[in-house]
Amino acid sequence: MSDGLLHGVVYSVLIVSVVLTATAMALWFERKFAARMQTRLGPTIVGPIGLLQPVADLLKLLQKEDIVPDNADAAIFNLVPPLAALAALGAAAVVPFSPSVVASDLDVGVLYVLAIGAVTVLPIFGAGWSSNNKLALLGGMRAVAQSISYEVPLLLSAMVPVILSGSLRLGTIVQMQADHHWFVVWPFFIGLPAFGIFMLAMLAEANRIPFDIPEAESELVAGVTTEYTGMKFALFYMAEYVHTIVASAVGAALFLGGWDGPFFPGLHWMVLKTLLLFTAVYWVRWSLLRFRSDQLMGLCWKWLVPMGVLLVGAAATWVVVFP
Amino acid sequence: MTTFLFYFFAILTVVAAAGVIAARSPMYSAMSLVGTFFCLAAIYALLLAHTIAVLQVLVYAGAIMVLFLFVIMLLSLGEAVGPAKVTFPRVVGGIASAVLFAFLVVAARPFVPVGAQPPPSFGTLQSIGAQLYTQWLAPFEAVSLRVLVARVGAVVVAKSRV
Repeated sequence: MSDGLLHGVVYSVLIVSVVLTATAMALWFERKFAARMQTRLGPTIVGPIGLLQPVADLLKLLQKEDIVPDNADAAIFNLVPPLAALAALGAAAVVPFSPSVVASDLDVGVLYVLAIGAVTVLPIFGAGWSSNNKLALLGGMRAVAQSISYEVPLLLSAMVPVILSGSLRLGTIVQMQADHHWFVVWPFFIGLPAFGIFMLAMLAEANRIPFDIPEAESELVAGVTTEYTGMKFALFYMAEYVHTIVASAVGAALFLGGWDGPFFPGLHWMVLKTLLLFTAVYWVRWSLLRFRSDQLMGLCWKWLVPMGVLLVGAAATWVVVFP
Repeated sequence: MTTFLFYFFAILTVVAAAGVIAARSPMYSAMSLVGTFFCLAAIYALLLAHTIAVLQVLVYAGAIMVLFLFVIMLLSLGEAVGPAKVTFPRVVGGIASAVLFAFLVVAARPFVPVGAQPPPSFGTLQSIGAQLYTQWLAPFEAVSLRVLVARVGAVVVAKSRV
Protein backbone atom coordinates (compact mmCIF):
# COMPACT_ATOMS: atom_id res chain seq x y z
CA MET A 1 0.00 0.00 0.00
CA SER A 2 2.60 2.55 1.09
CA ASP A 3 4.94 1.45 -1.72
CA GLY A 4 2.20 2.05 -4.24
CA LEU A 5 1.41 5.37 -2.60
CA LEU A 6 5.06 6.51 -2.74
CA HIS A 7 5.32 5.45 -6.38
CA GLY A 8 2.10 7.32 -7.16
CA VAL A 9 3.20 10.50 -5.40
CA VAL A 10 6.67 10.56 -6.98
CA TYR A 11 5.36 9.93 -10.48
CA SER A 12 2.50 12.39 -10.06
CA VAL A 13 4.91 15.17 -9.04
CA LEU A 14 7.18 14.26 -11.96
CA ILE A 15 4.40 14.12 -14.54
CA VAL A 16 2.70 17.28 -13.31
CA SER A 17 5.97 19.23 -13.48
CA VAL A 18 6.76 17.87 -16.93
CA VAL A 19 3.27 18.60 -18.26
CA LEU A 20 3.29 22.13 -16.83
CA THR A 21 6.73 22.85 -18.31
CA ALA A 22 5.53 21.43 -21.60
CA THR A 23 2.52 23.75 -21.36
CA ALA A 24 4.77 26.79 -20.96
CA MET A 25 6.80 25.72 -23.98
CA ALA A 26 3.60 24.97 -25.88
CA LEU A 27 2.59 28.61 -25.48
CA TRP A 28 5.82 29.69 -27.13
CA PHE A 29 5.56 26.98 -29.76
CA GLU A 30 2.02 27.90 -30.68
CA ARG A 31 2.86 31.56 -31.11
CA LYS A 32 5.86 30.76 -33.27
CA PHE A 33 3.87 28.23 -35.27
CA ALA A 34 0.94 30.60 -35.82
CA ALA A 35 3.38 33.35 -36.79
CA ARG A 36 4.98 31.11 -39.45
CA MET A 37 1.56 30.27 -40.85
CA GLN A 38 0.74 33.96 -41.14
CA THR A 39 4.21 35.01 -42.39
CA ARG A 40 5.00 36.83 -39.17
CA LEU A 41 7.93 36.38 -36.81
CA GLY A 42 6.15 35.81 -33.51
CA PRO A 43 7.94 36.47 -30.21
CA THR A 44 11.59 37.43 -30.78
CA ILE A 45 12.49 39.91 -28.04
CA VAL A 46 12.53 37.98 -24.75
CA GLY A 47 15.40 35.50 -24.71
CA PRO A 48 16.91 33.74 -27.75
CA ILE A 49 14.25 33.40 -30.51
CA GLY A 50 11.68 34.50 -27.92
CA LEU A 51 12.10 31.34 -25.84
CA LEU A 52 11.55 33.16 -22.54
CA GLN A 53 8.26 34.68 -23.71
CA PRO A 54 6.12 32.30 -21.54
CA VAL A 55 8.10 33.39 -18.46
CA ALA A 56 7.47 37.03 -19.32
CA ASP A 57 3.77 36.30 -19.86
CA LEU A 58 3.55 34.55 -16.53
CA LEU A 59 5.28 37.42 -14.70
CA LYS A 60 2.88 39.85 -16.34
CA LEU A 61 -0.15 37.79 -15.31
CA LEU A 62 1.16 37.49 -11.74
CA GLN A 63 1.35 41.27 -11.42
CA LYS A 64 -2.20 41.91 -12.62
CA GLU A 65 -4.79 43.05 -10.15
CA ASP A 66 -7.08 40.28 -8.94
CA ILE A 67 -10.63 41.50 -9.47
CA VAL A 68 -13.78 39.81 -8.19
CA PRO A 69 -16.88 41.54 -9.60
CA ASP A 70 -19.22 42.98 -6.95
CA ASN A 71 -22.22 40.87 -7.89
CA ALA A 72 -20.25 37.71 -8.56
CA ASP A 73 -20.65 34.71 -6.29
CA ALA A 74 -17.18 35.06 -4.77
CA ALA A 75 -16.87 31.60 -3.22
CA ILE A 76 -17.54 29.66 -6.43
CA PHE A 77 -15.82 32.33 -8.55
CA ASN A 78 -12.57 31.80 -6.63
CA LEU A 79 -12.93 28.05 -6.30
CA VAL A 80 -13.29 27.02 -9.93
CA PRO A 81 -10.03 28.18 -11.63
CA PRO A 82 -7.80 25.77 -9.69
CA LEU A 83 -10.41 23.04 -10.16
CA ALA A 84 -10.28 23.59 -13.91
CA ALA A 85 -6.50 23.17 -13.92
CA LEU A 86 -6.77 20.13 -11.64
CA ALA A 87 -9.36 18.41 -13.84
CA ALA A 88 -7.20 18.99 -16.91
CA LEU A 89 -4.11 17.56 -15.20
CA GLY A 90 -5.95 14.60 -13.66
CA ALA A 91 -6.15 12.54 -16.82
CA ALA A 92 -2.34 12.51 -17.14
CA ALA A 93 -2.18 10.05 -14.21
CA VAL A 94 -2.92 6.98 -16.32
CA VAL A 95 -1.06 7.90 -19.52
CA PRO A 96 1.79 5.43 -20.11
CA PHE A 97 4.78 7.50 -21.23
CA SER A 98 6.94 4.38 -21.50
CA PRO A 99 6.52 0.75 -20.37
CA SER A 100 7.56 1.81 -16.86
CA VAL A 101 6.85 5.54 -16.63
CA VAL A 102 3.21 5.70 -15.62
CA ALA A 103 1.81 7.15 -12.41
CA SER A 104 -0.93 4.55 -12.03
CA ASP A 105 -1.78 2.02 -14.71
CA LEU A 106 -5.40 1.55 -13.64
CA ASP A 107 -7.25 -1.47 -15.00
CA VAL A 108 -10.05 0.94 -15.96
CA GLY A 109 -7.66 3.58 -17.35
CA VAL A 110 -9.71 4.50 -20.41
CA LEU A 111 -12.86 4.92 -18.32
CA TYR A 112 -10.89 7.05 -15.89
CA VAL A 113 -9.74 9.40 -18.65
CA LEU A 114 -13.32 9.73 -19.90
CA ALA A 115 -14.60 10.33 -16.35
CA ILE A 116 -12.10 13.13 -15.78
CA GLY A 117 -13.05 14.56 -19.18
CA ALA A 118 -16.70 14.53 -18.14
CA VAL A 119 -15.88 16.40 -14.95
CA THR A 120 -14.01 19.24 -16.71
CA VAL A 121 -17.33 20.88 -17.61
CA LEU A 122 -18.22 21.48 -13.96
CA PRO A 123 -15.58 24.19 -13.30
CA ILE A 124 -16.39 25.85 -16.62
CA PHE A 125 -20.05 25.83 -15.75
CA GLY A 126 -19.34 27.17 -12.25
CA ALA A 127 -17.26 29.98 -13.73
CA GLY A 128 -20.01 30.95 -16.15
CA TRP A 129 -22.66 30.95 -13.44
CA SER A 130 -20.73 32.66 -10.67
CA SER A 131 -19.44 35.52 -12.84
CA ASN A 132 -22.95 37.00 -12.90
CA ASN A 133 -22.33 38.15 -16.45
CA LYS A 134 -24.64 37.25 -19.30
CA LEU A 135 -21.79 36.63 -21.73
CA ALA A 136 -20.03 34.33 -19.29
CA LEU A 137 -23.28 32.49 -18.58
CA LEU A 138 -24.00 32.01 -22.29
CA GLY A 139 -20.45 30.79 -22.78
CA GLY A 140 -20.85 28.36 -19.91
CA MET A 141 -24.11 26.98 -21.29
CA ARG A 142 -22.60 26.54 -24.73
CA ALA A 143 -19.56 24.81 -23.25
CA VAL A 144 -21.67 22.38 -21.25
CA ALA A 145 -24.03 21.61 -24.14
CA GLN A 146 -21.05 21.00 -26.41
CA SER A 147 -19.19 18.84 -23.93
CA ILE A 148 -22.05 16.54 -23.08
CA SER A 149 -22.88 16.09 -26.78
CA TYR A 150 -19.34 15.25 -27.76
CA GLU A 151 -18.85 12.89 -24.85
CA VAL A 152 -20.94 10.34 -26.77
CA PRO A 153 -18.72 10.06 -29.88
CA LEU A 154 -15.65 10.33 -27.63
CA LEU A 155 -16.77 7.31 -25.64
CA LEU A 156 -17.72 5.35 -28.75
CA SER A 157 -14.41 6.01 -30.51
CA ALA A 158 -12.41 5.21 -27.37
CA MET A 159 -14.25 1.89 -27.19
CA VAL A 160 -12.73 0.81 -30.53
CA PRO A 161 -9.14 0.28 -29.26
CA VAL A 162 -10.61 -1.12 -26.05
CA ILE A 163 -12.52 -3.77 -27.98
CA LEU A 164 -9.62 -4.49 -30.33
CA SER A 165 -7.20 -5.01 -27.46
CA GLY A 166 -9.70 -6.46 -25.00
CA SER A 167 -8.55 -4.25 -22.13
CA LEU A 168 -9.36 -0.91 -20.53
CA ARG A 169 -5.79 -0.62 -19.23
CA LEU A 170 -3.86 1.91 -21.32
CA GLY A 171 -0.60 0.01 -20.77
CA THR A 172 -2.11 -3.20 -22.16
CA ILE A 173 -3.62 -1.35 -25.12
CA VAL A 174 -0.18 0.05 -26.03
CA GLN A 175 1.51 -3.33 -25.46
CA MET A 176 -1.05 -4.94 -27.78
CA GLN A 177 -0.21 -2.42 -30.49
CA ALA A 178 3.52 -2.95 -29.94
CA ASP A 179 3.02 -6.71 -30.36
CA HIS A 180 0.80 -6.45 -33.45
CA HIS A 181 0.02 -3.23 -35.31
CA TRP A 182 -0.88 0.29 -34.33
CA PHE A 183 -4.64 0.61 -34.48
CA VAL A 184 -4.51 3.37 -37.10
CA VAL A 185 -2.41 1.08 -39.32
CA TRP A 186 -4.30 -2.18 -38.99
CA PRO A 187 -7.27 -2.60 -39.17
CA PHE A 188 -7.05 0.88 -40.69
CA PHE A 189 -10.67 0.97 -41.92
CA ILE A 190 -11.75 0.76 -38.27
CA GLY A 191 -8.84 2.39 -36.47
CA LEU A 192 -8.34 5.41 -38.71
CA PRO A 193 -11.92 6.76 -38.63
CA ALA A 194 -12.12 6.01 -34.91
CA PHE A 195 -8.92 7.98 -34.42
CA GLY A 196 -10.41 10.88 -36.41
CA ILE A 197 -13.59 10.88 -34.34
CA PHE A 198 -11.57 10.67 -31.14
CA MET A 199 -9.46 13.71 -32.03
CA LEU A 200 -12.48 15.73 -33.18
CA ALA A 201 -14.41 14.92 -30.02
CA MET A 202 -11.36 15.69 -27.88
CA LEU A 203 -11.00 19.06 -29.62
CA ALA A 204 -14.64 19.78 -28.97
CA GLU A 205 -14.30 18.82 -25.31
CA ALA A 206 -11.28 21.06 -24.93
CA ASN A 207 -13.22 23.86 -26.68
CA ARG A 208 -10.54 24.41 -29.28
CA ILE A 209 -11.06 25.93 -32.71
CA PRO A 210 -13.00 24.99 -34.80
CA PHE A 211 -15.12 24.12 -31.78
CA ASP A 212 -14.43 27.20 -29.65
CA ILE A 213 -18.03 28.37 -29.78
CA PRO A 214 -18.15 28.79 -25.96
CA GLU A 215 -15.57 31.57 -26.12
CA ALA A 216 -16.30 33.00 -29.54
CA GLU A 217 -14.48 36.33 -29.23
CA SER A 218 -16.69 38.13 -31.70
CA GLU A 219 -19.89 37.21 -29.86
CA LEU A 220 -19.11 36.50 -26.22
CA VAL A 221 -15.96 38.58 -25.46
CA ALA A 222 -14.15 35.61 -23.90
CA GLY A 223 -16.92 33.30 -22.75
CA VAL A 224 -16.62 32.03 -19.20
CA THR A 225 -13.30 33.76 -18.62
CA THR A 226 -14.70 37.23 -19.35
CA GLU A 227 -14.63 38.37 -15.71
CA TYR A 228 -11.40 36.64 -14.73
CA THR A 229 -8.15 38.54 -14.31
CA GLY A 230 -4.52 37.77 -13.62
CA MET A 231 -3.61 34.34 -12.30
CA LYS A 232 -7.19 33.05 -12.25
CA PHE A 233 -7.47 33.71 -15.96
CA ALA A 234 -4.04 32.13 -16.39
CA LEU A 235 -5.28 28.96 -14.68
CA PHE A 236 -8.16 28.63 -17.15
CA TYR A 237 -5.85 29.37 -20.04
CA MET A 238 -3.34 26.83 -18.77
CA ALA A 239 -6.09 24.25 -18.26
CA GLU A 240 -6.96 24.51 -21.95
CA TYR A 241 -3.40 23.85 -23.03
CA VAL A 242 -2.91 21.05 -20.51
CA HIS A 243 -6.15 19.47 -21.70
CA THR A 244 -4.90 19.57 -25.30
CA ILE A 245 -1.53 18.05 -24.38
CA VAL A 246 -3.06 15.29 -22.27
CA ALA A 247 -5.68 14.58 -24.94
CA SER A 248 -2.90 14.27 -27.52
CA ALA A 249 -1.01 11.87 -25.24
CA VAL A 250 -4.12 9.73 -24.71
CA GLY A 251 -4.82 9.73 -28.46
CA ALA A 252 -1.23 8.66 -29.12
CA ALA A 253 -1.53 5.83 -26.60
CA LEU A 254 -4.90 4.62 -27.83
CA PHE A 255 -4.34 4.73 -31.58
CA LEU A 256 -0.73 5.52 -32.50
CA GLY A 257 0.97 2.77 -30.53
CA GLY A 258 2.06 4.93 -27.57
CA TRP A 259 5.69 4.25 -26.71
CA ASP A 260 6.12 1.70 -29.49
CA GLY A 261 8.75 2.54 -32.10
CA PRO A 262 12.16 1.50 -33.42
CA PHE A 263 15.69 2.64 -32.39
CA PHE A 264 14.82 5.10 -29.63
CA PRO A 265 13.56 4.42 -26.09
CA GLY A 266 9.78 4.36 -25.62
CA LEU A 267 9.66 7.70 -23.85
CA HIS A 268 11.04 9.51 -26.92
CA TRP A 269 8.42 7.99 -29.18
CA MET A 270 5.61 8.83 -26.82
CA VAL A 271 6.74 12.46 -26.54
CA LEU A 272 7.23 12.67 -30.30
CA LYS A 273 3.75 11.31 -31.06
CA THR A 274 2.15 13.56 -28.46
CA LEU A 275 3.89 16.59 -29.93
CA LEU A 276 2.84 15.60 -33.45
CA LEU A 277 -0.81 15.38 -32.45
CA PHE A 278 -0.48 18.60 -30.50
CA THR A 279 0.94 20.34 -33.57
CA ALA A 280 -1.89 18.96 -35.68
CA VAL A 281 -4.38 20.47 -33.24
CA TYR A 282 -2.74 23.87 -33.61
CA TRP A 283 -2.50 23.49 -37.34
CA VAL A 284 -6.27 23.03 -37.40
CA ARG A 285 -6.71 25.89 -34.98
CA TRP A 286 -4.88 28.42 -37.11
CA SER A 287 -6.29 27.35 -40.46
CA LEU A 288 -10.00 26.74 -39.90
CA LEU A 289 -12.92 28.98 -39.04
CA ARG A 290 -15.37 28.51 -36.21
CA PHE A 291 -18.45 26.33 -36.63
CA ARG A 292 -21.93 27.59 -35.89
CA SER A 293 -23.66 26.00 -32.91
CA ASP A 294 -26.20 24.13 -35.05
CA GLN A 295 -23.48 22.87 -37.41
CA LEU A 296 -21.60 21.62 -34.38
CA MET A 297 -24.58 19.69 -33.06
CA GLY A 298 -25.40 18.41 -36.55
CA LEU A 299 -21.87 17.11 -37.02
CA CYS A 300 -21.98 15.39 -33.64
CA TRP A 301 -25.39 13.72 -33.77
CA LYS A 302 -25.80 13.13 -37.49
CA TRP A 303 -22.29 12.01 -38.36
CA LEU A 304 -19.97 11.23 -35.50
CA VAL A 305 -22.39 9.28 -33.28
CA PRO A 306 -23.77 6.98 -36.02
CA MET A 307 -20.24 6.45 -37.33
CA GLY A 308 -19.05 5.69 -33.82
CA VAL A 309 -21.78 3.09 -33.32
CA LEU A 310 -20.90 1.49 -36.67
CA LEU A 311 -17.19 1.44 -35.80
CA VAL A 312 -17.84 -0.19 -32.41
CA GLY A 313 -19.89 -2.85 -34.20
CA ALA A 314 -17.18 -3.30 -36.81
CA ALA A 315 -14.49 -3.62 -34.14
CA ALA A 316 -16.54 -6.22 -32.26
CA THR A 317 -17.07 -8.18 -35.49
CA TRP A 318 -13.36 -7.93 -36.28
CA VAL A 319 -12.40 -9.33 -32.89
CA VAL A 320 -14.79 -12.26 -33.32
CA VAL A 321 -13.79 -13.07 -36.92
CA PHE A 322 -10.01 -12.63 -36.52
CA PRO A 323 -9.27 -13.37 -32.87
CA MET B 1 -3.05 4.68 6.14
CA THR B 2 -6.19 3.20 4.58
CA THR B 3 -8.09 3.72 7.81
CA PHE B 4 -6.96 7.33 8.00
CA LEU B 5 -7.97 7.96 4.38
CA PHE B 6 -11.30 6.27 4.99
CA TYR B 7 -12.14 8.52 7.93
CA PHE B 8 -10.90 11.58 6.06
CA PHE B 9 -13.21 10.90 3.10
CA ALA B 10 -16.05 9.63 5.28
CA ILE B 11 -16.11 12.86 7.27
CA LEU B 12 -15.84 14.91 4.07
CA THR B 13 -18.73 12.94 2.57
CA VAL B 14 -20.96 13.64 5.56
CA VAL B 15 -19.99 17.32 5.62
CA ALA B 16 -20.65 17.71 1.89
CA ALA B 17 -23.92 15.79 2.16
CA ALA B 18 -25.02 18.04 5.01
CA GLY B 19 -24.07 20.99 2.80
CA VAL B 20 -26.45 19.74 0.12
CA ILE B 21 -29.48 20.08 2.38
CA ALA B 22 -28.21 23.00 4.46
CA ALA B 23 -27.29 25.34 1.59
CA ARG B 24 -29.97 27.91 0.80
CA SER B 25 -28.86 28.48 -2.79
CA PRO B 26 -29.55 25.58 -5.20
CA MET B 27 -26.18 26.21 -6.85
CA TYR B 28 -24.34 25.61 -3.57
CA SER B 29 -26.41 22.48 -2.99
CA ALA B 30 -25.41 21.20 -6.41
CA MET B 31 -21.73 21.95 -5.78
CA SER B 32 -21.89 20.15 -2.42
CA LEU B 33 -23.47 17.21 -4.19
CA VAL B 34 -20.51 17.08 -6.57
CA GLY B 35 -18.22 17.01 -3.53
CA THR B 36 -20.26 14.16 -2.05
CA PHE B 37 -19.97 12.16 -5.26
CA PHE B 38 -16.22 12.58 -5.37
CA CYS B 39 -15.76 11.58 -1.74
CA LEU B 40 -17.96 8.52 -2.30
CA ALA B 41 -15.84 7.63 -5.31
CA ALA B 42 -12.73 7.87 -3.12
CA ILE B 43 -14.34 5.54 -0.57
CA TYR B 44 -15.22 3.05 -3.32
CA ALA B 45 -11.60 3.17 -4.46
CA LEU B 46 -10.46 2.48 -0.89
CA LEU B 47 -12.77 -0.55 -0.89
CA LEU B 48 -10.87 -1.81 -3.98
CA ALA B 49 -13.91 -1.20 -6.19
CA HIS B 50 -12.03 0.90 -8.77
CA THR B 51 -14.56 0.31 -11.50
CA ILE B 52 -17.46 1.51 -9.37
CA ALA B 53 -15.40 4.53 -8.28
CA VAL B 54 -14.68 5.57 -11.85
CA LEU B 55 -18.26 4.94 -12.93
CA GLN B 56 -19.44 7.01 -9.99
CA VAL B 57 -17.44 9.99 -11.25
CA LEU B 58 -18.33 9.39 -14.90
CA VAL B 59 -22.06 8.92 -14.45
CA TYR B 60 -22.95 10.93 -11.37
CA ALA B 61 -20.43 13.77 -11.24
CA GLY B 62 -20.11 13.97 -15.01
CA ALA B 63 -23.49 13.29 -16.57
CA ILE B 64 -26.16 13.62 -13.91
CA MET B 65 -24.74 16.73 -12.25
CA VAL B 66 -24.59 18.52 -15.59
CA LEU B 67 -28.32 17.87 -16.03
CA PHE B 68 -28.98 19.14 -12.49
CA LEU B 69 -27.01 22.30 -13.21
CA PHE B 70 -28.87 22.83 -16.46
CA VAL B 71 -32.19 22.58 -14.66
CA ILE B 72 -31.03 25.01 -11.97
CA MET B 73 -29.93 27.50 -14.60
CA LEU B 74 -32.99 27.18 -16.82
CA LEU B 75 -35.39 27.55 -13.90
CA SER B 76 -33.26 30.44 -12.55
CA LEU B 77 -34.47 29.89 -9.00
CA GLY B 78 -34.22 32.82 -6.62
CA GLU B 79 -31.01 33.24 -4.66
CA ALA B 80 -32.35 32.22 -1.25
CA VAL B 81 -35.51 30.47 -0.22
CA GLY B 82 -37.06 31.41 3.11
CA PRO B 83 -36.37 29.45 6.31
CA ALA B 84 -37.41 25.81 6.18
CA LYS B 85 -40.99 25.17 7.32
CA VAL B 86 -42.21 21.97 8.91
CA THR B 87 -44.86 20.64 6.55
CA PHE B 88 -46.63 17.29 6.43
CA PRO B 89 -44.75 15.94 3.35
CA ARG B 90 -41.45 16.87 4.97
CA VAL B 91 -42.33 15.04 8.17
CA VAL B 92 -43.32 11.97 6.17
CA GLY B 93 -40.13 12.25 4.12
CA GLY B 94 -38.05 12.53 7.26
CA ILE B 95 -39.63 9.46 8.83
CA ALA B 96 -39.25 7.51 5.59
CA SER B 97 -35.53 8.34 5.37
CA ALA B 98 -35.01 7.38 9.00
CA VAL B 99 -36.72 4.01 8.42
CA LEU B 100 -34.70 3.44 5.22
CA PHE B 101 -31.50 4.26 7.08
CA ALA B 102 -32.39 1.79 9.85
CA PHE B 103 -33.10 -0.90 7.28
CA LEU B 104 -29.79 -0.26 5.52
CA VAL B 105 -27.88 -0.49 8.79
CA VAL B 106 -29.57 -3.80 9.61
CA ALA B 107 -29.11 -5.13 6.07
CA ALA B 108 -25.47 -4.09 5.74
CA ARG B 109 -24.35 -5.56 9.08
CA PRO B 110 -23.77 -9.18 7.96
CA PHE B 111 -21.57 -7.94 5.08
CA VAL B 112 -19.01 -6.14 7.20
CA PRO B 113 -15.87 -8.26 6.72
CA VAL B 114 -13.46 -8.61 9.61
CA GLY B 115 -9.97 -8.79 8.19
CA ALA B 116 -11.20 -10.76 5.19
CA GLN B 117 -8.84 -10.83 2.21
CA PRO B 118 -10.67 -10.20 -1.10
CA PRO B 119 -9.73 -12.33 -4.11
CA PRO B 120 -7.26 -10.62 -6.49
CA SER B 121 -9.91 -10.31 -9.21
CA PHE B 122 -12.15 -8.31 -6.85
CA GLY B 123 -13.41 -5.05 -8.31
CA THR B 124 -11.95 -5.59 -11.77
CA LEU B 125 -14.13 -4.97 -14.79
CA GLN B 126 -13.87 -8.64 -15.83
CA SER B 127 -15.26 -9.97 -12.57
CA ILE B 128 -18.03 -7.36 -12.49
CA GLY B 129 -18.97 -8.08 -16.09
CA ALA B 130 -18.95 -11.85 -15.54
CA GLN B 131 -21.19 -11.57 -12.50
CA LEU B 132 -23.48 -9.04 -14.14
CA TYR B 133 -24.12 -11.23 -17.17
CA THR B 134 -24.40 -14.57 -15.37
CA GLN B 135 -25.49 -14.43 -11.75
CA TRP B 136 -27.37 -11.12 -11.90
CA LEU B 137 -28.60 -11.23 -15.47
CA ALA B 138 -32.33 -11.08 -14.62
CA PRO B 139 -32.10 -7.98 -12.36
CA PHE B 140 -29.80 -6.35 -14.92
CA GLU B 141 -32.30 -6.90 -17.72
CA ALA B 142 -35.12 -5.67 -15.47
CA VAL B 143 -33.22 -2.44 -14.82
CA SER B 144 -32.55 -2.02 -18.55
CA LEU B 145 -36.26 -2.39 -19.24
CA ARG B 146 -37.04 0.19 -16.59
CA VAL B 147 -34.55 2.65 -18.12
CA LEU B 148 -36.17 2.09 -21.52
CA VAL B 149 -39.61 2.81 -20.06
CA ALA B 150 -38.28 5.94 -18.39
CA ARG B 151 -36.78 7.10 -21.66
CA VAL B 152 -40.02 6.60 -23.57
CA GLY B 153 -41.84 8.39 -20.77
CA ALA B 154 -39.42 11.33 -20.99
CA VAL B 155 -40.02 11.62 -24.73
CA VAL B 156 -43.79 11.54 -24.22
CA VAL B 157 -43.63 14.19 -21.50
CA ALA B 158 -41.37 16.45 -23.55
CA LYS B 159 -43.31 15.93 -26.76
CA SER B 160 -46.55 17.37 -25.41
CA ARG B 161 -44.84 20.72 -24.88
CA VAL B 162 -43.07 20.97 -28.24
